[in-house]
Amino acid sequence: MKKKIIKTSITLFFLFITLVFFIGLNKNSVYDTTNLVGEKLTHINLNHFSKNLKITEQDLKKNNFNLINFWSSWCGPCRDEHPFLLRLKDENNINLLGVNFKDKKNNALKFLREFGNPYDLIAEDKFGKNSVNLGIYGIPESILINKDLIIIKKFIGPITEEDFKYIVTAINK
Amino acid sequence: MISNFGNTILFISAFLSSFIIYISFKNLKEDKTVLKKNIYQLCLLQSTLIILSFFILISAFITSDFSLITVYQNSHTLKPLLYKISGAWGNHEGSLLLWLIILTVFSFLFLVYNNNHPKNYRLYTLITQNFLILGFLFFLIFNSNPFSLVSPIPKEGLGLNPILQDPALAIHPPLLYIGFVGSSIYFSAAISSMLSNYQGKLFAQSIKNWVLISWSFQTIGILAGSIWAYYELGWGGFWFWDPVENASLLPWFAMTALFHSLKVLEKRNLFYFWVIILCIITFILSVTGTFLVRSGILNSVHTFANDPSRGLYILLFLSLLIFGSIFILFKKFQLNDYRINPNSKETFILVNNWFMIFYLITVLLGTIYPIFTEVLTNHKVSVGPPFYNIVIIPIVVIFLFLMSIGPNVKWIKNKFENYNLLIKILLASVLINFSIVFLFKSYSLISNFIIISSIFLIISTTLDFYKCIKKKKFNFPRLTSHLAFGFMVFFIGINHNFSFEKDFNLRLGDKEKIENYTVEFKNLNLEEFKNYKAIIGKFIIENYDKKLNLTLSPEIRIYENPNTLTYEASIRSGLLKDYYITMSNIDRSEYYNVKFQKKPFMMWIWISVIFISIGGFIRLFENEKKNY
Repeated sequence: MKKKIIKTSITLFFLFITLVFFIGLNKNSVYDTTNLVGEKLTHINLNHFSKNLKITEQDLKKNNFNLINFWSSWCGPCRDEHPFLLRLKDENNINLLGVNFKDKKNNALKFLREFGNPYDLIAEDKFGKNSVNLGIYGIPESILINKDLIIIKKFIGPITEEDFKYIVTAINK
Repeated sequence: MISNFGNTILFISAFLSSFIIYISFKNLKEDKTVLKKNIYQLCLLQSTLIILSFFILISAFITSDFSLITVYQNSHTLKPLLYKISGAWGNHEGSLLLWLIILTVFSFLFLVYNNNHPKNYRLYTLITQNFLILGFLFFLIFNSNPFSLVSPIPKEGLGLNPILQDPALAIHPPLLYIGFVGSSIYFSAAISSMLSNYQGKLFAQSIKNWVLISWSFQTIGILAGSIWAYYELGWGGFWFWDPVENASLLPWFAMTALFHSLKVLEKRNLFYFWVIILCIITFILSVTGTFLVRSGILNSVHTFANDPSRGLYILLFLSLLIFGSIFILFKKFQLNDYRINPNSKETFILVNNWFMIFYLITVLLGTIYPIFTEVLTNHKVSVGPPFYNIVIIPIVVIFLFLMSIGPNVKWIKNKFENYNLLIKILLASVLINFSIVFLFKSYSLISNFIIISSIFLIISTTLDFYKCIKKKKFNFPRLTSHLAFGFMVFFIGINHNFSFEKDFNLRLGDKEKIENYTVEFKNLNLEEFKNYKAIIGKFIIENYDKKLNLTLSPEIRIYENPNTLTYEASIRSGLLKDYYITMSNIDRSEYYNVKFQKKPFMMWIWISVIFISIGGFIRLFENEKKNY
């Protein structure tokens, strides 16, 4: 009897593992964050970069469009996209929220001093956890959202000239 | 043409495998005690055909025959010859063909070398192995066919991913595959041993060399991958706990546990079922690793292009393996009451196994945990180096102490006599540790323990060496591997604590001072090579105190096929330390981002690992001389 229980539970255990693997196989597309387009962002709760404040949905609803940009001072390609972010700053219809990803505060400040600060608001994400919740798997990445917090487009990798033009036309429609 | 030829050979091989299975079953029922002669011939033919098909694939790569999809996707006419050849196994389809080569060649060699073992045992092993071969052949033919055609025939190929164009990576897959595909043969032998009731000492003798071969190759295979990561990925680390790396480490733990237990089975006829379970686990972990890496279920920095249908097939194969072997194991399993003395070599070897299983479970858990949380709770987590470091490192300390004492413990019943000596060794280790702290600078508490325990192992193994030579009773393989393992942990500890790295931006002509070093950005050149262009920086590193003056030239390479940028580190390896520099360009700026690292004793970590596997090879050589 006891033997039977042990045998059944071992078999069940392996069945469970194979089942999880099987489901995991089909679930794979979840990692592809480009599929998030059209979905609504919820539960935004980020720490402000320099003040003891929280950044929530309310802060984003104020503006017609928001570009949430994930960056870090240690990230090479972030330097590539920086000029475009600076140019976006001059656009009226859009606000830039920069999420400083797994970075040291001093380095981040130095980065902004050196290359300019394009952001209207900066949040910090010391451990990268909030960014992962937003579907980020590497930086730089940026998410363009509208007033209702619906994701219009996701930019994986640095913003390019083309992306820049896309954003400008999208927000001036 | 080439495609038809290759496909025909694969089909013939599949037919041959079925035929071998059939003829072996027939032979089983016969009363004769010897194997039919034609079985040998069939097996030889089978491995020859598979090797032939592999050469066909290689020749397609060499002649850049882009009518084959595999060649088109992974090669290019401008690629150097070496990488055209290694391209043949640098992709999913070709590497599966390599799998098959090892499956069939090992199957044949096992048959030939074990002719003093009973007929039924050998036949069941052959049958099981051929089921595995058939499984992989079907996978190859119907899902991942290296001889699939592309139409119309492209003029030029897409090229091999540049970071794979590297000598260490050219030899890495074959080495590693001998390791973990080699484990298939003792999986088959274990199943066969249960089916034919061929147990105990003789069974242990029939597989021990195979375990050694796979373990030794697995060890250098992992090393080649690690060296590649060190200078190619450009981060200056050599182990990242990436799922792919873990997949190669898991069978290694199981193999290590296995050949220690095998010793007990051989000498004392104990732990039979435990050995069987380890044999099965080793191969199942190898296939699991393949599943995790090839199916794309896990995100890893260097997974193959993934495809869920592949995953499904491997998963199916994997579950057949698991449930098939569980079924047989349950049927044959008998609980044995082993009364072993807690103070005996048997116990110590068992303890080694517990540690190995502990490491195995930790790494396995860390690797597949993200899949579980995602499937069960829809939550994404990532398990990183901190988890492994926290869980594994403290346990290594205890492990190293036991590893120093264990080998000298006697079989059956032991009495400790040399407490004094052990305390002396411990004192010496502590002393050396603190002189290291004093000479360099302080480091963390846990590092102290790691260094002390590794020195403890080094000293006691060295003393054993000395004793061996005095008594003229040699056990070099064990001593070599253990000593090398001690050194490896020691050097990793030192390396971890006394490396430094510094990031800064430099313009051409600028100088940067870091501690006693100055790094000067002297020159920048653009050079054209056969299959890439390179921006080569010239950096002068000086240290006035040590009269050091060396030039390092990191590169940014621009490959056109496929269009990729790679950052090549420039490393000056020395006996005592490596200097490591990488640079990357910053767009629209004349600055370059430079990373300068000093890493002590890197070379010695590699050498230690080589010696760990050399231990295995010496043992193999000895067994061969004793005529197995």
